[in-house]
Amino acid sequence: MIKVEGLTKRYARNVAVDDISFEVQKGQIVGFLGPNGAGKTTTMRVLTCFLPPTAGTASVAGFDVIQKPMEVKKRIGYLPETPPLYPEMEVNEYLTFVGRLKGLSGKNLASRIDEVTERCAIGDVRNKLNGRLSKGYRQRVGLAQATIHNPDVLILDEPTSGLDPNQIIHTRDLIKGLAGDHTIILSTHILPEVEAMCEQVLIINKGKLVATDSVANLTRRLRGSEAVLVEIEARDAAPLETPVIQQKLEQVAGVSRVVFRHEKDGRHVFEVESLQGRSVRADVARAVVETGWNLNELHAVGLSLEEVFLQLTSSDPAQGAEKK
Amino acid sequence: MKNIWIILRKELRSYFVSPIAYGLMAFFALIAGYFFYVATAIFVSRGMESAMSGRGMPMNVNEWVIRPVLSNVSVIGLFLIPMISMRLFAEEKRSGTMELLVTSPIRDIEIILGKWFAAVIMYACILGLALLNILILFGFGKPDWRPLLVGFLGLLLQGGCLLAIGTFISTTTRSQIVAGVATFAVCLLLWVLDWVSAYETAPWAKVVAYMSVLTHFEPFSKGVIDTKDVVFYVTMIFLGLFLTARSMESLRWRA
Repeated sequence: MIKVEGLTKRYARNVAVDDISFEVQKGQIVGFLGPNGAGKTTTMRVLTCFLPPTAGTASVAGFDVIQKPMEVKKRIGYLPETPPLYPEMEVNEYLTFVGRLKGLSGKNLASRIDEVTERCAIGDVRNKLNGRLSKGYRQRVGLAQATIHNPDVLILDEPTSGLDPNQIIHTRDLIKGLAGDHTIILSTHILPEVEAMCEQVLIINKGKLVATDSVANLTRRLRGSEAVLVEIEARDAAPLETPVIQQKLEQVAGVSRVVFRHEKDGRHVFEVESLQGRSVRADVARAVVETGWNLNELHAVGLSLEEVFLQLTSSDPAQGAEKK
Repeated sequence: MKNIWIILRKELRSYFVSPIAYGLMAFFALIAGYFFYVATAIFVSRGMESAMSGRGMPMNVNEWVIRPVLSNVSVIGLFLIPMISMRLFAEEKRSGTMELLVTSPIRDIEIILGKWFAAVIMYACILGLALLNILILFGFGKPDWRPLLVGFLGLLLQGGCLLAIGTFISTTTRSQIVAGVATFAVCLLLWVLDWVSAYETAPWAKVVAYMSVLTHFEPFSKGVIDTKDVVFYVTMIFLGLFLTARSMESLRWRA
């Protein structure tokens, strides 16, 4: 649905987006993740034909953003970071205006307005002035505006920024509900959001694409190895020294590292990391039981996206060197 | 065409939904009424004088009342123009709605034309209201209506040309105030340019004076449509709108 190849956007002095390539399939929700100023908005603006790329190509539904901007614009709905509302218009009136702008008219327009009004739950503010709406409602009217012409592709720039937790949950549900009919790209710098909503994630930092994968895969790939949390207790309340257990665990085949977490009432918790591509859960369990200890708990811990993100965006040695 | 109409309607609506439009109309009607009063008073006193002197000189309402009123209104128009044009693009840029317009399936030129036409219509409304006074003359005398129409056309052309320049200036900033002040400065400059011809007769002075929007209005106020002046105004309108289009395009490259 969306295809970006070698996209570069240069402003007078700095490079905002540097040679990014990715592809988004129809019906997917893709999270565009990166710290502020990473180039998310710029990339989205290129996709919406707002900005022309300096180099590379981008196409939406098979139409190039430079050669066929009109066709692209017909097929996208865009919600910029601040919803583009006219404060002096009433919500209904505003939606009518945007609908016309997108080429709707007559009965079709009226039915679309009813539909998005219901879907975005803005029925109770229909006759209010845009300028009087609360932040949450503004965002929802913004979403209604973006979806009014039932576009193939929805581009949402930080759709939940500045909302309170309740509103965030509501907006997320709304976006997830839209997923079936539309291909959605949304940007955010909030990690749990991507985990909660997206199937695919693109991580961008300082204009470069640092990772692109499904959320689950990315976590796995980054770790490459497995981490297991084990809680061990001595049988018969016999005293047990932490270093003894640690030594025992380190001897299990395939274990690369054992980290002591904490100890309470004789229960020792360790995090065991395996070597690349090995699973050690069974071996660890056997070793513990055979030694004669109680195995209270054993479960794999995934790397949270937060950690993945930090690893990708901060531990890159090239970037450290670049800093003045 | 349809898209121009959509934009035009939206712009007109936002003019008339704010109190500014009515304020401007009232203020302008007041000023024009004052001009009309003064011109009529002079006309009446001159008429009395000439009647008293015994040799009744034929006096023309068109020349004594309508023409000075139109000339004065054209000058006051210079002050009005910035207030109409300043918000056109500056407001959209500030509130972020520019992104909506630019990412909608509508061409830049349609946005520009829609906005400019709306501004011209707004200006025409204000003028129309202000010049209602003149209709009173038809109740008491027989002024020629054709010069009046020509004068109105001249005012519209002059306004259209300044509004086009104002539209361009409005695309260059996010602040309405800056756009308004800059447009006012340009209007003022285009007005005083012809003063140079008062004391200087060199060719450059002629060129400079030719650039003045007001010199081109003179024939219209007399009821004369001169192709030269129409061409001047239409060219200026094209220039202003062309610059607006360029500016909008550069907005994208820089944004």
